[in-house]
Amino acid sequence: MQDDAAQNQTLLGADELVLNMGPQHPSTHGVLRVKLKLDGERVRGTECVIGYLHRGVEKIAENRTYQQFAPYVDRMDYVAAVSNGLGYCEAVEKLLNVEAPPRAKVIRTIMTELQRIASHLVWLGTHALDIGALTPLFYCFREREEILKIFEKYCGARLTTHAFRIGGLQYEAYDSFEKDVERFCKDFERRIQEYVDLLTGNSIWIGRTRNVGVLSAEDCIALGASGPVLRASGVKWDLRKAQPYAAYDQYKFEIPVGTNGDTYDRYMVRMEEMRQSRLICLQAIENIPAGPILGKVGKVLKPPAGEIYHSIEAPKGILGYYIVSDGTTQPYRVRIRPPSFINLQALDKMARGHLVADVVAIIGTLDIVLGEVDR
Amino acid sequence: MNPIIHAVLAFLQTWWVELVCGVVIVAVVPLVAGYLVLLERKLMADMQARLGPMRVGPHGLLQPIADALKLLIKEDIIPDHADKMIFWLAPVASMTAALTAMGGIAFGPSFLVARDINVGLLFVVGVSSMGLLGIMLGGWASNSHYSIMGSLRSTAQLVSYETAGGLALISGLLLAGTLKIRAIVDAQEQYGVWFVFLVPVAFFIYLVASIAETNRAPFDLPEAESELVAGYMTEYSGFRWACYFLGEYANMIVVGAVATTLFLGGWLRPFPHVRWMNWLDAVPAVFTAAVGAYCVYRAGKQPVRVQVWFMWGVALTCFAVALILGVPLLVAPLKFMVPGLNGAFWFLLKISAYIYVFMWLRFTLPRYRFDQLMHLGWYILIPLAIVNVLAVGMAMILEMQYGWNRWLAMLPTTMITLAAALYLLYLNDKRAAAASSAAPPPEEPSTGDSYAG
Repeated sequence: MQDDAAQNQTLLGADELVLNMGPQHPSTHGVLRVKLKLDGERVRGTECVIGYLHRGVEKIAENRTYQQFAPYVDRMDYVAAVSNGLGYCEAVEKLLNVEAPPRAKVIRTIMTELQRIASHLVWLGTHALDIGALTPLFYCFREREEILKIFEKYCGARLTTHAFRIGGLQYEAYDSFEKDVERFCKDFERRIQEYVDLLTGNSIWIGRTRNVGVLSAEDCIALGASGPVLRASGVKWDLRKAQPYAAYDQYKFEIPVGTNGDTYDRYMVRMEEMRQSRLICLQAIENIPAGPILGKVGKVLKPPAGEIYHSIEAPKGILGYYIVSDGTTQPYRVRIRPPSFINLQALDKMARGHLVADVVAIIGTLDIVLGEVDR
Repeated sequence: MNPIIHAVLAFLQTWWVELVCGVVIVAVVPLVAGYLVLLERKLMADMQARLGPMRVGPHGLLQPIADALKLLIKEDIIPDHADKMIFWLAPVASMTAALTAMGGIAFGPSFLVARDINVGLLFVVGVSSMGLLGIMLGGWASNSHYSIMGSLRSTAQLVSYETAGGLALISGLLLAGTLKIRAIVDAQEQYGVWFVFLVPVAFFIYLVASIAETNRAPFDLPEAESELVAGYMTEYSGFRWACYFLGEYANMIVVGAVATTLFLGGWLRPFPHVRWMNWLDAVPAVFTAAVGAYCVYRAGKQPVRVQVWFMWGVALTCFAVALILGVPLLVAPLKFMVPGLNGAFWFLLKISAYIYVFMWLRFTLPRYRFDQLMHLGWYILIPLAIVNVLAVGMAMILEMQYGWNRWLAMLPTTMITLAAALYLLYLNDKRAAAASSAAPPPEEPSTGDSYAG
């Protein structure tokens, strides 16, 4: 009994209540653990505890050949496996000093943009669910399913696709590839309007997201945040435009930016990004150049000794690969710059002073995937 | 005879109706609540482009029974540091309150559940608010952070919205002039119009407040699953959890019944006094028969034989109900049964519509945040309800003392209240704008070591 009394004393008498959110919690998007210091419902501080999903991806790379490691990167950001693959393949190509043929580049672009839409759909569904809207999740997954079907038809896998190969592609686009992508893009315009109808003008949604988790442009840059988080704060920085890779320099698209850097702006930026990705896909399927799909790379990859850094604009932000080669078939060191891990740093800054319910919204708006945070 | 037996007999003689009613409530309401859950899941599935429960029984119709069985045989867990006695008592209190409140409700002119108490509506509202005690104690006794936050939220929320809801009820009660359930509906019959048309704002306030009182989305903060895991129910499982659940759904029926009785004309059919609308009396019978006919039509399209049988079963039930509802219309000696049967039909239909609105809102809207919820309650709903009560009072004076036409008197009421609502919303926007431009909270250095497990 005395024990009970003592416990109650600390529970209610303390000025600060420490609440362990996670690693088992419905809205920490996996196994994130956040220690919240609460004053009533107000957050006085947060502390992220990560590593519950650590698999040592970077270390594994040192014991695999370059080709063998490619499937492993799919398992980092598992809702955007294609983008991870693109970044890795291009980095190794840069190291080998080879270039993928134009046809491969265009198909890669289409696949990556579809993956961006799929990733943003997962974000939208779960973010809305965290804020309490049950229905958008199912609509989002309905559309995502269409994209996953295209992936499945293309390479046989839906989630961890390993769609690309170093030097180009392994598989030729299947017969009705263009038609499938076009049909999806045509439908998607109408579907996205459904989410807009449910959320954009909804006063509860606006109340829950406006001025919640505000990050200024300076904060974003200081924290190294990238992707939609950075752009919602008004910084127009997108690697697809700034350092074009794959075939992005051939297409016209806009980089949406926000003004306030709050959760609502991040929502609007990602929604617009989905529309822009759709436009890129539509432009790309109009003219897929003919030709080979695999560049001149040997069966055994032995890049010259040296180091390379290559980064792409993944759905969640800048995904960078730093590879050091010692001239053997295995990389000497692979360092990955994961966008989720670095964006997650902003959590404390964003959540401080808000309520518990906002922490959930902020974790959602950061769009983290724990597979990538922990690697 | 033994005096104890004598006393028991005497007791039974006086109270047997109430006892039977109690047994019926305890036996029927859990079943109804179970199927309400199934209905909700099916409706949700329909709106979300999926099928919902389909495995247990045809179209998942045995799902509630499977769920109930599972909950009953689940391991009974009481957390180590929980206050066992209160932990045990809380869900029971919550459920008992909801079930007791059902006793004061009348499901039609001839289906009064227990008895027509002279403080009928007050009894129902008061007893159903007692459920709060169960939620509060349950969160307290669990000795868990999530639970206590859930129960604190719940307490604040219920106290604030109970006030708004109560004031909204007063607007209706002013018109009715009585608290007796049956007399309230009679008053609406005399007025010749449902009170919702005379005091629409009060009905709206009650609708919002009753959603909050039953802890339904968008006001489901006490159990917000994405924030507090399950709020006050976090540590509960099995049968105790089922008690809370049952209490919640029984409460939905109760608030639906209160709203129907006071605002939606209870068991009156639409246009109760218009003679040429008398054909509406046939609607219940025709409607159920039509549902039956549709089931027969669908039965031919079912892929599995069990489902064909099932559809036929539903169809036959519908036809039987249609027969019961229809025969008294046609056979003169049974005419006395018409108001009772049709009344029950209309009453249940109105409650269903009310609950449907609850569910519909839940699937559509995101959840409020706690401060927004409190602002909505204290800055908008409660002042609005007070203005509405005053305005209705004014209208009553105008009507009774100065002989104004009723509609003419009620029109300014609604206008005044709507004007007040606009003003309050304007104030709210201004306050929100002021709050957002305020300086951000002071920086505190992060003291924790992020890498410490």
